[in-house]
Amino acid sequence: MPALNKKMELICPAGNLPTLRAAVDNGADAVYIGFRNRTNARNFPGLNFSPEEALEGVRYARINGKRLFLAINTFPVPEHWQEAVKAVDKAAEIGVDALILADIGLMNYTARTHPDLRLHLSVQGSATNRHAIAFYHEQFGISRVVLPRVLSLAQVQQLTEKTPVEVEVFGYGSLCVMVEGRCALSSYVTGNSPNSAGVCSPAHAVRWLETPSGRDAYLDGVLINRYHDGETAGYPTICKGRFKVNNHIFHSIEEPVCLNVLEILPELVNAGVSAIKVEGRQRSRAYVSTVARTLRAALDSYHVDPDNFKPRNEWITQLNQLAEGNCHTLGAYHRSWQ
Amino acid sequence: MKISIGPIQYFWGREKILAFYDQLIDTRVDIVYLGETVCSKRRELNLNDWLEIAGRLAASGKEVILSTLALLEAGSELASLQQIAENNVYPVEANDVAAVQLLAGHGPFVLGPHINVYNNETLAFLHRLGAKRWISPVELGRNTITRLHENRPPAMETEIFAYGRLPLAFSARCFSARAHDKSKDDCGHICSDYPDGLALYTQDDDAFLVLNGIQVQSATVHNLVAHLDELVSIGIDIIRIDPQQHGMAEIVSVLSSVLDGQLQTGIAMEQLARYQPYGSCDGYWRGGAGMAPVAAMPEEIASDA
Repeated sequence: MPALNKKMELICPAGNLPTLRAAVDNGADAVYIGFRNRTNARNFPGLNFSPEEALEGVRYARINGKRLFLAINTFPVPEHWQEAVKAVDKAAEIGVDALILADIGLMNYTARTHPDLRLHLSVQGSATNRHAIAFYHEQFGISRVVLPRVLSLAQVQQLTEKTPVEVEVFGYGSLCVMVEGRCALSSYVTGNSPNSAGVCSPAHAVRWLETPSGRDAYLDGVLINRYHDGETAGYPTICKGRFKVNNHIFHSIEEPVCLNVLEILPELVNAGVSAIKVEGRQRSRAYVSTVARTLRAALDSYHVDPDNFKPRNEWITQLNQLAEGNCHTLGAYHRSWQ
Repeated sequence: MKISIGPIQYFWGREKILAFYDQLIDTRVDIVYLGETVCSKRRELNLNDWLEIAGRLAASGKEVILSTLALLEAGSELASLQQIAENNVYPVEANDVAAVQLLAGHGPFVLGPHINVYNNETLAFLHRLGAKRWISPVELGRNTITRLHENRPPAMETEIFAYGRLPLAFSARCFSARAHDKSKDDCGHICSDYPDGLALYTQDDDAFLVLNGIQVQSATVHNLVAHLDELVSIGIDIIRIDPQQHGMAEIVSVLSSVLDGQLQTGIAMEQLARYQPYGSCDGYWRGGAGMAPVAAMPEEIASDA
């Protein structure tokens, strides 16, 4: 559903209450969070919200005229089904503005049990085309879909024209090169995946080894990357590693770059995108503050004078300083990336 | 227990594909899944060609299912999907929810390994829409599969991926093209040079993954031969073997001989080893990391996912 007459929303992540407040204070239209358990895809130690904190988050967002979304976006196995159902019930009780879900069974439960609760299809739901989105809309009445980071700008535009629901896309942050919700690379190596445990390349599996020439990064015994002295070392996410293919060592799957849509904001608005989302519930308050403030300024600037929008150097500098590898990419939005 | 052959995931030439299916006619294989599931740019065969192969296999007594793409983005891909969904002869395997949307309410269909069925509620919901069989997502372990199977809807069949390289991930990016400094739009079908995928090694020379166009697979072969007794006792209906270019008839023969009690597991493992250049794994089944080598982890300390 093209949203040409509406302002594009800015959706920011928060892993705790101080970050949530910072996101709201710095210009997020909505903040998304998760409970402190395996029901969400950023199930990291020391992160996320208790029900009481989530309630306080809703309160803080509301008094500032903003909204709070809650992600329950892993795929519960039978052993963890009750935990997921309780999370849904708790979110309904707290009164979050939308629930971000991925699992078909859980969506069915939620649509039947809490028919008034607004549903968003998580990026983990892996909907990359109009038929898939139509399925979730017809079966469960989803109001919005978060698109996987695999579509080109032209494809995003075609989708918004043909889908009855709002479209939210990723605008800034780490880049999943794989279709979300269908990547088992992490569980292949560690036994834990985003789908089943809410983690990718989990910290407990990471080991650093100092070598005569630098540092090696392992994930459960698999050498993911090898850094020379003086080289900036990154977290050993499998898809960002350097491997050997045809005797050539390179980032065989993806470089550790940061997605940044600043320069195509007008195109996204014109494509009918309803909201842009910032990745990173694991990020610090300072990080979220800077990203929210910068993207807020960019969106406001666009809405004041759409025809003359141009990313300001200060925005680009601020965002680049936060980015992985200090550079940014348009990812799949730009066809040549594929 | 029935034996199925999953869709060919690599880009093979026409003659190779035809020969591959001809050799299956005289094997103990019960079910064959046909069609392109990885990349829509691979057009060596069109739907009519696949239907011709399907006809020959069906005439020889095999059950034929038409498989569909796992990642659908372009309008042309959705159009091809619709053509397959509307064939009036063979049931269809859905590998994306788009296929479920088109197949729901139009007779029985199959939930492929790329539909996320992690719990009984999801399975029951999709059963009501017409799903008659599900293939478990690759990362599910024995305990989860057992619970899903024990509480499955009436007449729902459970199929388990038992032999082949694990399909681990899909992307919009073509990794085979990337390894050759080509873009996807100008890939030159480079993936056809790698009929078992392009091996990706760690910097300390362990074969880790296999690049197959936009798909990433395991380098090691997922191999549940040592667990076939258990699969039978759980009541699993079908085991799936995924195609690789060499030794398919022998692989089928080895697995069926073990199933029929004609061949000891240890001997079977030795016979299969020649078709596993980078070894075999079964960690997912045991509830751990998928890449855990067969028999490397004592049964009693394995915990389920």
